[in-house]
Amino acid sequence: MHVVVVTKSTPDTAAKVTVDGSGNVTWKEAMVINPWDEYSVTEAVLLKEAHNIKTTVLTVGEEAHNEAVKQGLAIGCDQGIRVWDSTLANADSLQYSRAVAAAVQKLGDVDLVIFGKEQADTGTDQHVYQVGRKLGWNVIGSVFKIQEIDFAGKTIKVVRLVEQGKQVVAGKLPAVISVVKDINEPKYPSFMGIRKASKAEIPVWDGAALGVDFGLPGVKVSAYQNPPERAGKVQMIDGDSADEKARKLVEKLFEDKVL
Amino acid sequence: MTSVFVWLEHFDGVLVQPSREALGAAGTLGGKITGLVFGKNVDAVVKAAFHAGADEIIKVDDETLETFRFEPYVALLTKIVKDNTPDIVLAGHTTRGREIMGGAAADLDKGLLADCTELSLEGGRLKAVHPVYSGKVLSTIEIVSDGTQFATLRGRAFTPNEPDASRSGNVISASPVLAESDIASKVESFEASVGKVSLSDAAIIVSGGRGVGGPEGFAPIRELAEVLGAAVGASRATVDAGWIPYEHQVGQTGKVVSPDLYIAAGISGAIQHQAGMRTSKTIVAINKDADAPIFGLATYGIVGDLFELLPALTKVFKEKLGK
Repeated sequence: MHVVVVTKSTPDTAAKVTVDGSGNVTWKEAMVINPWDEYSVTEAVLLKEAHNIKTTVLTVGEEAHNEAVKQGLAIGCDQGIRVWDSTLANADSLQYSRAVAAAVQKLGDVDLVIFGKEQADTGTDQHVYQVGRKLGWNVIGSVFKIQEIDFAGKTIKVVRLVEQGKQVVAGKLPAVISVVKDINEPKYPSFMGIRKASKAEIPVWDGAALGVDFGLPGVKVSAYQNPPERAGKVQMIDGDSADEKARKLVEKLFEDKVL
Repeated sequence: MTSVFVWLEHFDGVLVQPSREALGAAGTLGGKITGLVFGKNVDAVVKAAFHAGADEIIKVDDETLETFRFEPYVALLTKIVKDNTPDIVLAGHTTRGREIMGGAAADLDKGLLADCTELSLEGGRLKAVHPVYSGKVLSTIEIVSDGTQFATLRGRAFTPNEPDASRSGNVISASPVLAESDIASKVESFEASVGKVSLSDAAIIVSGGRGVGGPEGFAPIRELAEVLGAAVGASRATVDAGWIPYEHQVGQTGKVVSPDLYIAAGISGAIQHQAGMRTSKTIVAINKDADAPIFGLATYGIVGDLFELLPALTKVFKEKLGK
């Protein structure tokens, strides 16, 4: 019985990320665990505590992504693995998904793969569904709560969010899920946890070790640019009373044809 | 002629807004537009899809497709794309749209441009703009694989067609790929959200932050939203404090929205919140603190007490809108 949580490092959420004169994306702040993965990694540890299962925290990418793996180890995951070789530089979601699926297959006894809902840097989530297809497993996305999970009986029941409300979905294991914020209260590493994680060996699996070729991409990024500045400065609305301010604002909004 | 397939999402017999927008975007690419409607008893949706811009429809009407499920829907889209080899497949970047498109693109090993805010066709290849790093940077992305090209479109980034009730066309019926016994999941129940307007589709959003002071502080927000036909948003701080459910959270670990009008009341405007609403067309900020970062982003700002200003706004809007 084995749960794999897939994570990555992203720039600190408060980081000032910009595109420099050469078209490269830069920031000065530290890398942290992808904000959505605080929940997925915590969920894996909660499952371990409740069901006495093995947990692996997996990443695909350069060494900087070990930061996220270490966070997983520091809060209680059993082992970390990093998949990487030079053919994965600039990997798109298809290549990324082939890499994750190959690692999960190599681990062999996996019942559940958990992702955070999105990657905050690339702003995408298609890799979640693509890993499911590459493994041939069902995917349940945007999970808000795991209601029931039976590793021996190979079943899972979750509440998931869709635009119109909440669904209760029952499925079979093995499966891939993605989780949203509020599925749990994220665990933060203790001092002892950080010490333990900093000493842990995180093996690197390349294409040769996995016995696969990560294949060709479907998409490439051709350029990065800074978004246009918002037009104009804020126009402050003054008045002697709340009523007067409200009237002035509503007039402006009608003049602008916002309403 | 370019052939564009559009996967059409519907709920409660109604074609959803992001699918209407995808049909509008398909029209800008030129060529023939084929709508894909999967479900059970979907004739009303088929009709609405013609009105919204589809030239023909492939309809798959079956018990197993009554509610969206990953496996049967992905397998079906993969099969239809394989059999018909369209040049382009589009869908809205909704919860279900992301899932079916990501899944089918993986099955066929084709490129998917996800969450596009602009889309163009150059020399037969799709090119798009996609915000990255929580909207702090824009990326230009291109398809590099051969054959069918996939793209999902961010809500409210593309303009739907005006419905034209005189339009209709050819309906082709197809069969599902998976039988019930092949499907590993079941949707057991559904609970509709409390708000009438979905955040991602809303033209107007009224949002509350820490300044509302507690769960009851959302009352004046809801009253203003009601008058404007708006959705109710919230900052992360209020969700974390348990004042309002997570579904309302706008920002980095919540929803990314882009309404015509975003009214932020009592929201300081942390960078994580800005990530979720910075592309709103007009932003109104109401805050006691004149130095709150939200004013740096706002079109209009009022320094003052939201508990006085929101009811005043509700009253004035009621008069103006004749409610």
